[in-house]
Amino acid sequence: MIGDANIVDFLLQFLGQFDGIDVIKAFSAIGAGTAMIAGVGPGIGQGFAAGKGAEAVGIRPDSQSDIIRTMLLGAAVAETTGIYGLIVALILLFANPFMG
Amino acid sequence: MEGPKIYGELFGLPITQTLVNTWIIMVMILVVCAILTKNMQKRPGKAQVIAETIVTVMDNLVAQTMGKDKMRFAPYMLALIMFLAFANTAGIYGLRSPTADLNCTVGLALMTFFMTQFFGLKSKGLGGYLKGYLEPMPFLLPINIIGELANPVSLSFRLFGNLLGGGIIMALLYSALAGLYFFPILIPIPFHFYFDIFSGLLQSFIFTMLTMVFVSMAMD
Repeated sequence: MIGDANIVDFLLQFLGQFDGIDVIKAFSAIGAGTAMIAGVGPGIGQGFAAGKGAEAVGIRPDSQSDIIRTMLLGAAVAETTGIYGLIVALILLFANPFMG
Repeated sequence: MEGPKIYGELFGLPITQTLVNTWIIMVMILVVCAILTKNMQKRPGKAQVIAETIVTVMDNLVAQTMGKDKMRFAPYMLALIMFLAFANTAGIYGLRSPTADLNCTVGLALMTFFMTQFFGLKSKGLGGYLKGYLEPMPFLLPINIIGELANPVSLSFRLFGNLLGGGIIMALLYSALAGLYFFPILIPIPFHFYFDIFSGLLQSFIFTMLTMVFVSMAMD
């Protein structure tokens, strides 16, 4: 049965046996999880900023407070994209626009 | 974490939990100010030393970040960081954080946005202000306009996302702990320490810092 049918047709047929709302819920959950992949970027960016900050403190320990302040500011700006991903995930989970 | 509850209506506007908690925090800040500045002397007592330290630290931060010529912004920045510090740590005294509501953070971010535009216009003049949109190249005008409009969005969403994310993780943790047979009283403490105190104070510092940077960048 699966062998001669198109895989997309099979998938649509498979999904067709469920209630529409349930399919939307399931895909919203998958979408929310996928949206949180956005957390990878800020993780790399903040780690890079922290590494450079540690390097700078090692070179010039006397200006440590300035370096930490600048680093925190840069890390916060780098965090923005991750927060956007979180907002998308939260909207999909708690205020889903597709459910009406 | 649930959304803010609606308690009633006043002149057709809903009174939400955010609004009530903001009032509580305003009262708390006023009480703290009244305690710290009571009976001020030429020779400071303990409370007055704390108050003077807070004001001096903030003055130095503003002088370093914005420059000595923009010291008149220091009172606003101190008020902003005080409100945010109390609002972001509201989780530890059992209130729902007002900043975990987009209405509050968008209001604060719009204040920053209009300050940026107004003081940029005032210090540069109309010609200089409009010319700022055509730099470095005139065809970048749409990018510059989008960049200006993205500032309040990113400011408000950063604060909102951090606070709401922390609140949701705390709510999930508490619902997970509720399933245990004994009451685990020590487990939430480090999480409260990180999500409420560390993250909350860091975010309030960052919001104030970015406000200072945006305003001083728009002015010179």
